[in-house]
Amino acid sequence: MMFTLMQKKLLNNYQQDFPLSTTPYKDIALSLGVSEDDVLLAFSELKNKKFINRIGSIITPNLIGTSSLIAMAIPENQLQSVANIVSSYPEVNHNYERENRFNLWFVLITKNEKDLQSIIEAIETEAGFKTMQLPLLADYFINLGFDIDFDD
Amino acid sequence: MIDYIDRQLITLLQKGLAIVSRPYALLGKQLDITEDEVISRISTLKQIGLIKRLGVIVNHRRLNYCANAMVVFDVPDHLVEQISGHVCQFDFVNLCYLRPRHGEEWSYNLYCMIHGKNREKVLKQLAHLIHSCGLTSVNYEVLFSKKCFKQRSAFYNANLEQEKVFSDG
Repeated sequence: MMFTLMQKKLLNNYQQDFPLSTTPYKDIALSLGVSEDDVLLAFSELKNKKFINRIGSIITPNLIGTSSLIAMAIPENQLQSVANIVSSYPEVNHNYERENRFNLWFVLITKNEKDLQSIIEAIETEAGFKTMQLPLLADYFINLGFDIDFDD
Repeated sequence: MIDYIDRQLITLLQKGLAIVSRPYALLGKQLDITEDEVISRISTLKQIGLIKRLGVIVNHRRLNYCANAMVVFDVPDHLVEQISGHVCQFDFVNLCYLRPRHGEEWSYNLYCMIHGKNREKVLKQLAHLIHSCGLTSVNYEVLFSKKCFKQRSAFYNANLEQEKVFSDG
């Protein structure tokens, strides 16, 4: 994939502190020496082509609501069907297969601990397998975005 | 404290800002508040640390960062603070969390995420990290992601909390 210099800057330089003015895209345009339409078009294209998921916020876990990472160890031939059960819950956000004896990993977010436990129980009952709960105890990482290396 | 409008605003912001000239005015319309109020509420939410960052959220996989490794370490409890501080210094580390152990079945407590363009590179970076952080005698496992069954952008949803129907519109 080939990106223009402007696209590279849009991808790398606005991952944090997106302008909080009435015309954020115009502010970006001014700093890059292009027009607001150039920036709007370029962002639309990057989004349509799925190079960016969105321009939005990442929130600090567990300040509002309750969440937990959950892992399950599922026999290979039942993984897809259990994954489908897990994904069917709207409270499930990420649901991945990983290379490990614990091969199904997902994040559950609810309004409180009671709801979290009742959904976990429902998943265990429906899937027929136990879960391992791995809630966050401390977050050491300061999320400054992701530095993309375009060179290789 | 944050109120219901803040909660709705967070839900909308996680779905993403519109790519239009006045995106905050559009949010204001959806929430029935002014553009200025949207901006001042967002800046407060950032100040109090509820919004960790606001900006472009890239799709790692589409940008050829296809090797996503979750690395779990069994770090002695009294060294966690110190070691996590070192681990976070590496720019290839994307997350660093402490989570509970589960007995002998799962004795890991420190989790970090490394996104790379290929496995070899990620493993090389990991070897560097292990060496530099003095983790050579610590047990660890590397869990590369395989299939993605679900990846939804929103992380917190005011709707789930308030059980109030609120169009995705």
